[in-house]
Amino acid sequence: MKTLLTILLASSLVAAAGAREVKLLNVSYDPTRELYQEYNAAFAKYWKAKTGDDVMISQSHGGSGKQAQSVINGLEADVVTLALAYDIDAIARQGKLLPADWQKRLPDNSTPYTSTIVFLVRKGNPKHIKDWDDLAKPGVSVITPNPKTSGGARWTFLAAYAYALATYGQDDAKSLDFVTRLYKNVPVLDSGARGSTITFAQRGIGDVLLAWENEAHLALKEFGADKFEIVSPSLSIRAEPPVAMVDKNAKRHGTLAVAQAYLEYLYSDEGQEIAAKNFYRPRSRKIAARYANQFNPVKLVTIGEEFGGWEKAQQRFFSDGGVFDHIYQP
Amino acid sequence: MVEQPLQRNQPGMIDDAKINAPRRMSEPPFVRRLLIAVALGFIALFLVVPLVSVFAEALRQGLGFYFQTLRDPMTVSAIELTLIAAGISVPLNCLFGVAAAWTIAKFDFPGKNILLTLIDLPFSISPVISGMIYVLIFGAQGWFGPWLIEHNIRIIFAVPGIVLATMFVTFPFVARELIPLMQAQGRTEEEAARVLGANGWQTFWRVTLPNIKWGLLYGVILCNARAMGEFGAVSVVSGRIQGQTNTIPLHVQILYENNNIPGAFAVASLLTLLALVTLALKTWVEYNTTGLRGTAFTPLPLKKEPNRKLA
Amino acid sequence: MLRSQQRGVLPGFRLTLGYTLLYLSLIVIIPLAATFVKSSELSWAQFSQTVFSPPALAAYRLSFGASFLAAAVNAIFGFIVAWVLVRYDFFGKQFVDALVDLPFALPTAVAGITLATLYAPNGWLGGWLAPFGIKVSYTQLGIFIALTFIGLPFIVRTVQPVLADLDSELEEAAASLGANRWQAFWRVIFPMLSPALLTGFSLAFARALGEYGSVVFISSNIPMKTQIVPLLIMGELDGFHLARATALAVVMLVISFLLLLAINLLQWWSNRYNATNPA
Repeated sequence: MKTLLTILLASSLVAAAGAREVKLLNVSYDPTRELYQEYNAAFAKYWKAKTGDDVMISQSHGGSGKQAQSVINGLEADVVTLALAYDIDAIARQGKLLPADWQKRLPDNSTPYTSTIVFLVRKGNPKHIKDWDDLAKPGVSVITPNPKTSGGARWTFLAAYAYALATYGQDDAKSLDFVTRLYKNVPVLDSGARGSTITFAQRGIGDVLLAWENEAHLALKEFGADKFEIVSPSLSIRAEPPVAMVDKNAKRHGTLAVAQAYLEYLYSDEGQEIAAKNFYRPRSRKIAARYANQFNPVKLVTIGEEFGGWEKAQQRFFSDGGVFDHIYQP
Repeated sequence: MVEQPLQRNQPGMIDDAKINAPRRMSEPPFVRRLLIAVALGFIALFLVVPLVSVFAEALRQGLGFYFQTLRDPMTVSAIELTLIAAGISVPLNCLFGVAAAWTIAKFDFPGKNILLTLIDLPFSISPVISGMIYVLIFGAQGWFGPWLIEHNIRIIFAVPGIVLATMFVTFPFVARELIPLMQAQGRTEEEAARVLGANGWQTFWRVTLPNIKWGLLYGVILCNARAMGEFGAVSVVSGRIQGQTNTIPLHVQILYENNNIPGAFAVASLLTLLALVTLALKTWVEYNTTGLRGTAFTPLPLKKEPNRKLA
Repeated sequence: MLRSQQRGVLPGFRLTLGYTLLYLSLIVIIPLAATFVKSSELSWAQFSQTVFSPPALAAYRLSFGASFLAAAVNAIFGFIVAWVLVRYDFFGKQFVDALVDLPFALPTAVAGITLATLYAPNGWLGGWLAPFGIKVSYTQLGIFIALTFIGLPFIVRTVQPVLADLDSELEEAAASLGANRWQAFWRVIFPMLSPALLTGFSLAFARALGEYGSVVFISSNIPMKTQIVPLLIMGELDGFHLARATALAVVMLVISFLLLLAINLLQWWSNRYNATNPA
């Protein structure tokens, strides 16, 4: 045992000494694994060509809220790429690791790509699910993660609520009733988007998965287009997953420049193309046009217009004793 | 000294009694068969089927995929981290176990029962809480967080945190194995060695250690199994950095959540093999020492100092 | 007097006791104390709001209920397994005996994904139950199955040694006094095993209360329905509520202490019981 340990320690020391590269930790949310796997390789190549340095990027994935909490508790992320601005706000507020106005530091509110919420149904759409109101019907089983822990689920909840507001003439009581009926149809509330995909696609539970657009396309690719179909609702939300440098950590690690470049390169043609290839909606008009037929046109509302920003939405819907909690009160 | 704690040391007695037992002492054949069937059915349903299914799922994509998953750099780094965590926590808990057993079994002092209960504590605490306590202390918002950051020391979301959480959950294993054993052996042999002129270390190495070596081995086997398999506590302090802070169980979870079910089961099969090896080793140790049977894996409460001892 | 004499003969008391206390404090006591300190950041109102909130109350109910049921099922079947292992001979007995400890040796994450896969509607066992409308994975039944799995060895391993040590003379006496087999079992054997059975039951119960790894994969995580307490704590941890997570943890810790105390009392009782009925 002792020799084994010695060997292990020695080998890890050797590895540490031999590596003369820059290290970067990107703490991200669940469905970006594939995106950043591809992007990291592209960025490393770009950075090597530009500066001659090797950059080794580590990834950490999990529910967006959980990841933010980990960063607050000391997970030393150089950059965070989370599902929604509120989670990075929390890092700024509770952890004081980056300035409160972080969202203004990069173009497009620091969101280099956007996404939306779509429905993934079983092949042939046996329950005839076309729009949000079909989800609240009795006998329909809906899979979506828990909004308290998953970022995608918060976007989903807000999309459903926005639909209800539009349908019921901005009537809050009726909208609340609608989402309550919808969530009563949810048999499994996984903690993250990936868990929900497993539940729906692998375990065969539920009639419809409310998923990130990219996650739905990925499921088609992974499980076969002969198994599932994507349905776009009449109205959805423009999900804006933002990116930010965690200044304090990056400063301490001496990675400010590379972290900044890492995020900026997301806006480059190559970065945008990788995002589009991974089914995120690119900001760049040029790239978006190239991948236009990949994304169904959907009427998209934004969190700012519809709900007055994340701070308000979080407080009203997802805080304790908020709207979401009421859904499960007996 | 008057005590005779482990009756099981004399298995012959029971067997004789069973053989000589009159017919009326046993159940009618159909009741026997029924009970055996129920017991085996229960074991099959709850233990054998899950065990078989791990390997069936793991090999679903064929042997090529199986070994490819195991050779994957992420898997290899998870295996390395698990070996490091177990390699540090097991020896430390071993040292603690010997020290605690020595002090508790060989000496009398007030508060011994409280100490025994405290040693037992980690068994009765949810793994989630076991991980959380270290976040409270070493997390950036915790007691030592700011100081640690200032000095650039990483504990939580790095290897030390994982080692600490592993140490906590495996804390009692060796101690609770050795304490009853050394209590049962008493102190006469050591006292004799001392009277004959051996010094403390000689007494320990030549007298005590040979007496407890099987118990120690037993504790180490169990401690190691838990250390390598811990999930809940480690998942709280890991930070999920791919290739850096994922242990084997966490890697299983990541593969599973990544839609790579056969991969998850391939890595899980490693842990299952470890479990089977553990059971085999455990049975082998039991075979060598009749006294250990059944005292260990189950965290039975430690035998408290009997009050009647003074009488 | 006796004490000082013994200390004089055997060395290392200060060293080993000191080391034991130091290590215990560093690894166990100080971190646990941190939980209580952190939870005290909450005012009493906040604390009670957290620990008596409807989802928390539902989680206690589920945790206690499912743990109790699982321990009860294990008490019945574990008893039968122990009985069969001690009293009867059959092919593969040694193998079964060794296998009983599997739930301890198998990491909980492996148990979790295995059970979730087995009992999913398209799994080996779940597929077989689905036509009858029985759903296991992602229901309370699934939680119960996972807790039964992890608690299985406790009863077997507590009852087994006591049963093996049981003096056959008492049974013989009962038989010669005309008791039939059932009466002998129920009036003579069972009462002697009941302390061990109770100990095993409480151990299985205590273990089930804290279980996380095997449940997280098979639970559907619905508030008020399938959230056990450790899942709720994990949810609070992920949702920026460290202090509230610790409040729930304090409740669980206190319950664990009480259970540990109860188990120790039981053990003391069963020791005394065995002492008054010397083998």
